[in-house]
Amino acid sequence: MPDAVDLVAGPAAPRRARLVPPRADAQTIIAIFVGGALGTLARAALAEAFPHSATEWPWPTFAVNIVAALLLGYFVTRLQERLPLSSYRRPLLGTGVCGGLSTFSTMQVEILKMLSAHAYGLAAGYTTASVAAGYAAVHLATTLVRRVRVRR
Amino acid sequence: MNALVWAAVVLIGGTGSVLRFYVDGLVSSASGRDFPYGTLVVNLSGAVVLGLLTGLALGHDAALLGGTAAVGSYTTFSTWMLETQRLTEERQYRRAVANIAVSLVLGVAATALGRLIGGAL
Repeated sequence: MPDAVDLVAGPAAPRRARLVPPRADAQTIIAIFVGGALGTLARAALAEAFPHSATEWPWPTFAVNIVAALLLGYFVTRLQERLPLSSYRRPLLGTGVCGGLSTFSTMQVEILKMLSAHAYGLAAGYTTASVAAGYAAVHLATTLVRRVRVRR
Repeated sequence: MNALVWAAVVLIGGTGSVLRFYVDGLVSSASGRDFPYGTLVVNLSGAVVLGLLTGLALGHDAALLGGTAAVGSYTTFSTWMLETQRLTEERQYRRAVANIAVSLVLGVAATALGRLIGGAL
């Protein structure tokens, strides 16, 4: 059986993917921690201030997600393409503030609760609006940053 | 609701963000840069855990700390959108659409699974 032969003495066993932890110095980790703490605080405060039932539009989550997408598009494009490389700005503002401010898991729970309450139109509308507005926010911020001339 | 709870929100939010950085980095190192698997793994694993916490029907403060602060800061919507937008810039339309569809379908499924487990506990 040729297959068996191939299995035993094949030319190359599939290369095993190796998990390598990201290299980061203390400054990077502290920047992510501080930014993430601030973003989370803002999101949690909004969620506490504006509670909503399962069948209402989740404005706090929607608002922080779209604002965070806009900010991340702005920060990443500006830091990568417009400013000299900085060791702490991207972890602080991007990974930290925007990552902490925005949330995927809460959005999924909200969608699941809408589906459980048979609010299918709301679930579809919320999902579509979040993705469309989030994508548009990144695109808009990116385009605006690139349009501005480089000033040094 | 008091200052101690909000201090905990701050500390947990910072920790969740650092954890996201590590998990994203670990997965990305093994999967390469063609598709944003790092963010996908972060978001789906967070969705299971938040679904589980939802199923447990925690009290107010515990839900705020474990759900909103911990899992909320660990998962990310903004990076998911940024990576999708960057894929379309590179004309990787299939991957961009897949990144949205897979995240949403598996995200809701992962949350439902978590809620089921949490409800059974």
